[in-house]
Amino acid sequence: MTRSTVALLILIACVAALPLFGGAYALRLGTIACMYAVFALSWNIVGGFAGYPSFSTAAFFGLGAYATGILMNKGIPLAAAVGVSLLFCLLLAVILGAVLLRLRGHYFAIASLSLVEVFRELVNNATDLTGGGMGLNIPLVSGSSVLSDATFFFYAMWGLLLVTALTVIAVSVSKLGFGLNCIRQNETAASMVGLNATLYKAIAFGLSACFVGAAGGLYAAWVHYIDPSDVFDILYSVKPIVMALMGGLGSPLGVVCGAFLYLGLEELVWRNYIQIHSGVLGVLIILLLLFLPHGLVSLHVGRIWRGLTGRKAKHA
Amino acid sequence: MLAIQVLINALVLGCLYACIAIGFSLVWGVLNVINLIHGSFIVLGAYLAWGAYQWAGISPWYALMIAAPSFFILGYLLQRLLLNRVITAPVLVTLTLTFGLDLILNNAMIYYFKADYRKLILSPPTGSVSIFDVIVPVDRLIATGSALALTFLLYLLLRRSKVGRAIVAVRLDRDAAVLMGVDVKSIYAIAFGLGAALAGCAGVLMALIFPISPLTSSAYLGKAFVVCVLGGLGSVSGALAGGILLALVEGIGSVYLGPAHAVTLSFVLLIVFLIVRPQGLLGRKGFE
Amino acid sequence: MPEPGHEILHLSNVSRHFSGLKALSDVSLSVSKGEVVGLIGPNGAGKTTLVNTICGVTPASSGVIRFDGRDITRVKTYQSARIGLSRTFQIVQPFAEFSALDNVAAAALFSQPGESLTSAREAAREHLAFVGLDAQADQSAATLTLAMRKRLELAKALAMKPKLLFLDEVNAGLNSAEVERATRLIHQLAANGITIVMIEHLMKVVLNVCTRIAVLHNGQLIADGAPRDIIKDPAVVDAYLGQQYAQRNAARG
Repeated sequence: MTRSTVALLILIACVAALPLFGGAYALRLGTIACMYAVFALSWNIVGGFAGYPSFSTAAFFGLGAYATGILMNKGIPLAAAVGVSLLFCLLLAVILGAVLLRLRGHYFAIASLSLVEVFRELVNNATDLTGGGMGLNIPLVSGSSVLSDATFFFYAMWGLLLVTALTVIAVSVSKLGFGLNCIRQNETAASMVGLNATLYKAIAFGLSACFVGAAGGLYAAWVHYIDPSDVFDILYSVKPIVMALMGGLGSPLGVVCGAFLYLGLEELVWRNYIQIHSGVLGVLIILLLLFLPHGLVSLHVGRIWRGLTGRKAKHA
Repeated sequence: MLAIQVLINALVLGCLYACIAIGFSLVWGVLNVINLIHGSFIVLGAYLAWGAYQWAGISPWYALMIAAPSFFILGYLLQRLLLNRVITAPVLVTLTLTFGLDLILNNAMIYYFKADYRKLILSPPTGSVSIFDVIVPVDRLIATGSALALTFLLYLLLRRSKVGRAIVAVRLDRDAAVLMGVDVKSIYAIAFGLGAALAGCAGVLMALIFPISPLTSSAYLGKAFVVCVLGGLGSVSGALAGGILLALVEGIGSVYLGPAHAVTLSFVLLIVFLIVRPQGLLGRKGFE
Repeated sequence: MPEPGHEILHLSNVSRHFSGLKALSDVSLSVSKGEVVGLIGPNGAGKTTLVNTICGVTPASSGVIRFDGRDITRVKTYQSARIGLSRTFQIVQPFAEFSALDNVAAAALFSQPGESLTSAREAAREHLAFVGLDAQADQSAATLTLAMRKRLELAKALAMKPKLLFLDEVNAGLNSAEVERATRLIHQLAANGITIVMIEHLMKVVLNVCTRIAVLHNGQLIADGAPRDIIKDPAVVDAYLGQQYAQRNAARG
């Protein structure tokens, strides 16, 4: 195990101790922190390892939220509903990935962005199943008090983060991770040495979608009410990219640090500039891109950078 | 009868869609940047038309003449000061940067104008005419005519002017253009300025027809995406073809599937086109 | 493994168009086990396209390609790599961020079923040693010299345990000492029983190494035979040096 893997696991373990320190606010923040870290780690599989700039996080987040919400309304328990949502997102993303990841650069970015629109409109129009624009109420998970409910969802989201992190670590040292790395650097050469790039990319896209879908499911059950414009918010697609850029593309430890840092900034902005929070977020994004383009973990990011740049130049 | 109605509406709307998309297409083609602030530029243009009419009694036709230069300067400066610094960075960076800019502009508009919908109402009203027994509002026809005129103006500019030829040269082969002595950075800024000016003017025209709200910016951006991909990137005729095709698909989709599904249909079409025919209907190299 | 002399590659009437442009027309060619075939022709004759077509990068528009007894006309690139077809690129295609070792390991890992990352790295060391890059194993591919990157390409191709190896201009851009070294390597490969088809501009190397020469001109195979016969073939001389030269030569007798 490398040093950064150990550091990542220690960091995640520390997060688990959060309920010891706090009331409802700390728990809420902690749950969102875990959710963001799941987003960032998931995005990193396809965006960081394979080098495909995906904007589809919101699509699978919303899909997972609605899948879980609908199942729970049919009386299926939370754990099973989230599990089904995870598998559903995995399968759907593998199939979509096999098709969409034939596109590169801007074209892939736009196609993945469009997925969010398509899913949102589909959910919006399937009024019988989803309640359409009116939103969907989700039955409460029986908890004895508000606080124990909050603790439950915190640990559920934390557990999901742990599973995601372990999966990403496993991928990064496996043949799959090695192959995705090859694809990012030179896809032509990768298929020339016998790598089935379509299969690898589809699996990567599936893995990057399934945990996000599960997070959506937990989120839906946590907040009890979802509507399409909330869970299919394009910001959910952009945030993980900002987190990854903050922390350092490609490094699991980096993107998780980026997620936590991002949440900290977001909270700060929300509390102080509620009216103009998205504008302040915009300013932050621009400052980050201009002055810290290589993220916090910029140790070997320079090379990744060149890899991405080379890819772009080729398909410009 | 229904067919004629759908067709005429599609032609009228299609030209407007082309006008929405053309600046976006220019920036994408020449700078290789997906300009996510494009939708908010259009809305800002619409507010400009609304404000000029409401507060100063300036008619939208004159508002066009205010919008074009002021948006050009805005775009030119944004490109010079910000985008040029990351123009060689990967897709991810330029895309995220324009997203950040969009957040700022959109938030500013919500802050000043609030999110509710406004409408520019001309007095006296322009009425409507009947074409092949299809009733079309005159303001809509005028907007369409102006959109076509703007599009043609861009075509002439790219075709006939020295700056236009330089823009096309950069689009075709950036490195060769550098060798021929073209100052690429300033061409980028001019192209981005033109893109912004076209967005602003499109916004003025939209104000004549559609309600105005910062919340509509993503819908405009979505249309621009779809039109560019359907018609083919970086050509004036492609944008027209894409605009009309999109309007037709939406029109036919509304008739058979209901208006709610028109947007879904257009995005599904976008994804299918991306995969099957990424160069679009009239796609080719070069922006003309 | 087929016996020497057994046919390993067979092309019948292979054509490839690029939107109207005919890059290959009706190429028929047969390569037997153990041969070293030189593929020559002027620039733009279609040599690299032919290799790309065989490897599945740009599939044939028409015609049939058989390799080792099976039809591979419609086989995808990564599949052709797994059945024993490997190649080097005229413009080297390394994984720039990887070390030389991982570059070769990638080739071993993805072309051989059941190979693990560890075993692939072990195999990679041997192949690096064979091409004389063992000292640079941990250096990133981007920092290697051109000659080294060319040898890295070769090591990658070898790690795929090829039955048939395509060498696309392995000597382009190398100095004479480096060319000599590369030529020795090719001899060694041939001695190890690997069938080789090489695209090469240096006639010295072709005549030194190849057992047979095939000549492409404007996408057509205009000659195919023993090296001594090929260099006297008027059609070949004509393609290379132009009609006038050929006529003058003929007049002089």
